[in-house]
Amino acid sequence: MSFILLRAARAILTMIFVVTAVFFASRLSGNPIDIMFPEGLGPEEYAFWENYFGLDQSFFQQYLAFFRGLTEGNFGVSLTEFRPVTEIYAERLPNTIALFGSAFLLAVAVGLPLGIYAAVRRDRPVSTVIMAVAFFGYAIPNYILAIFMILIFSFWLHLMPSSGNMTWVHFVMPTITLAMAMMAWNIRFTRSAMLEILNEDFVRTARAKGLREALVVNKHALRNAMIPIVSNLGLQVAGFVGWVVLVEAVFALEGIGSLIVRGALLRDFAVLQFGVIVWAVVVIVANLIVDIIYALLDPRVRIGS
Amino acid sequence: MTTVDPSASMILAQERGGSKLWKAMKSANWLIKLCFIILIVLIVVALLAPVLASQDPNAQSLLARLRPPIGFERYREGYILGTDELGRDLYSRLLYGLRFTLLIAVIGSIISMLIGSTIGIVSGYMGGWVDNVLMALVDIQIAFPFTLMALLAVAIFGSDLTIFVIIIGLADWDKYARVVRGQVLAIRDAPFIDAVRVTGAGPYRIIRHHMLANIASPIIVLWTFGVSNVILLESSLSFLGLGVQPPTATLGSMTGFGRDYLASYPHIGLVPAIMIMIIALVFLLLGDWLRDTLDVRLKRQS
Repeated sequence: MSFILLRAARAILTMIFVVTAVFFASRLSGNPIDIMFPEGLGPEEYAFWENYFGLDQSFFQQYLAFFRGLTEGNFGVSLTEFRPVTEIYAERLPNTIALFGSAFLLAVAVGLPLGIYAAVRRDRPVSTVIMAVAFFGYAIPNYILAIFMILIFSFWLHLMPSSGNMTWVHFVMPTITLAMAMMAWNIRFTRSAMLEILNEDFVRTARAKGLREALVVNKHALRNAMIPIVSNLGLQVAGFVGWVVLVEAVFALEGIGSLIVRGALLRDFAVLQFGVIVWAVVVIVANLIVDIIYALLDPRVRIGS
Repeated sequence: MTTVDPSASMILAQERGGSKLWKAMKSANWLIKLCFIILIVLIVVALLAPVLASQDPNAQSLLARLRPPIGFERYREGYILGTDELGRDLYSRLLYGLRFTLLIAVIGSIISMLIGSTIGIVSGYMGGWVDNVLMALVDIQIAFPFTLMALLAVAIFGSDLTIFVIIIGLADWDKYARVVRGQVLAIRDAPFIDAVRVTGAGPYRIIRHHMLANIASPIIVLWTFGVSNVILLESSLSFLGLGVQPPTATLGSMTGFGRDYLASYPHIGLVPAIMIMIIALVFLLLGDWLRDTLDVRLKRQS
């Protein structure tokens, strides 16, 4: 229990750090009024907006107000669309969840079994093929894979739409692109984790006892290998998030990732800030969940902490 | 007792590592040899870009817009790889793009390496609360999607080349910090370090002369992977339009602009995309090979 509390405390600490970084970043980025009204304002209007954004208060008060705003669900107003950023994000969130969720499931459902197979039957030619595919998936940036896929399936074979998010068909190529990279990671990591365990003495002992190979692999090796595999999945979520941004941008899929990129390009800091906070929450929560699963899977962690 | 100059022993260690590497290189399989050849060619081409380029990479020509590479219909004399939407020579832009991409990658990854290794050494050597604070920093870095931080930073500070390289350099340091810390911890209490300490050597001397030589291999291996990471990060940001600003060519930004012309003029995007692929594959294959050759165990790194 204290282990989970410790992890939760650290998650909160990370969150405070991120929010503080975002606060300072937004101050460094300049005055939102100048960004909203590049042609300038009269003194009265300027005073109104200064009050609206709370810029007439002291720095420390602004910092506190920023935090208070966050706790009240006030995350700012988009500087280009003039409406609350939460509203804009709410519209796009389902698309990102659909993309990320299906890609993640696909990558786990295909990647883990292939990785385990490649470890257990490491000398078979099939394993070599699996590892070669994994290597390419790992080495080739996914936006380049996306470009090849658009070229082949959209423009040459006319099978798939190249961009947009109107129907589920639009999600097929983005999902495969995203899943490909995650799958490659999963295969590589699962294989090496399994190999490490298969070399352990207790596996040899289990075999020496005359246990069936399936039992050795499933019960002795896999259960132990699952611990690093699960913790690695959690760690990867942070990296995967960066890929979502790219995949959405390439396929012009209207999700959170492409919204963040647009926020960066248009210098819409309210949108950008909220995006950073949202993703940070996603990553931190994912890590927390993994930590808890990790503790449940491995008694050593619970006791060790 | 004979005294051995520790710096001499380090040089010896380096020489041993160097000749070992050379021997391993000669006995490596054809794929690795090919990678080395490609790497050398890429570096030479990048260095000689101004000499090899047939045109000014940013010179536009309305007459020569959107020409395909050699061997295709409408090919225009003198533009081997065709031209882009502004009539710029893709071959010349590719050379300069390669030059910029490699330059940013090498400098960026060296920054990462220096920051990360220093933090790792300090953290491992000092221990205690310093270690705790520094490792908490590493945790934050790992938990935080760097692409987002980079987006934020580029939006705030603009895409000036120097700033961009620094941002890129801050992306990857956590891996070095973790691995180096582990290595330092592993040898900190080794008898030979104790022996040096007993003779009165200070921390700087111990780290500089006795530890660095022993932890150099993993750092080199990580750096090889780091270069490819940084290339991917740079090209991704440039692809999104958040890297070095036009008209300067980097491979990522060329691919990004090419994306808009994929339907009718795929060569604009394909030429730089294939180049990025080649670089990424070469660095990863070499990194894997180097790790196996130097027999470095980067625990759960991948």
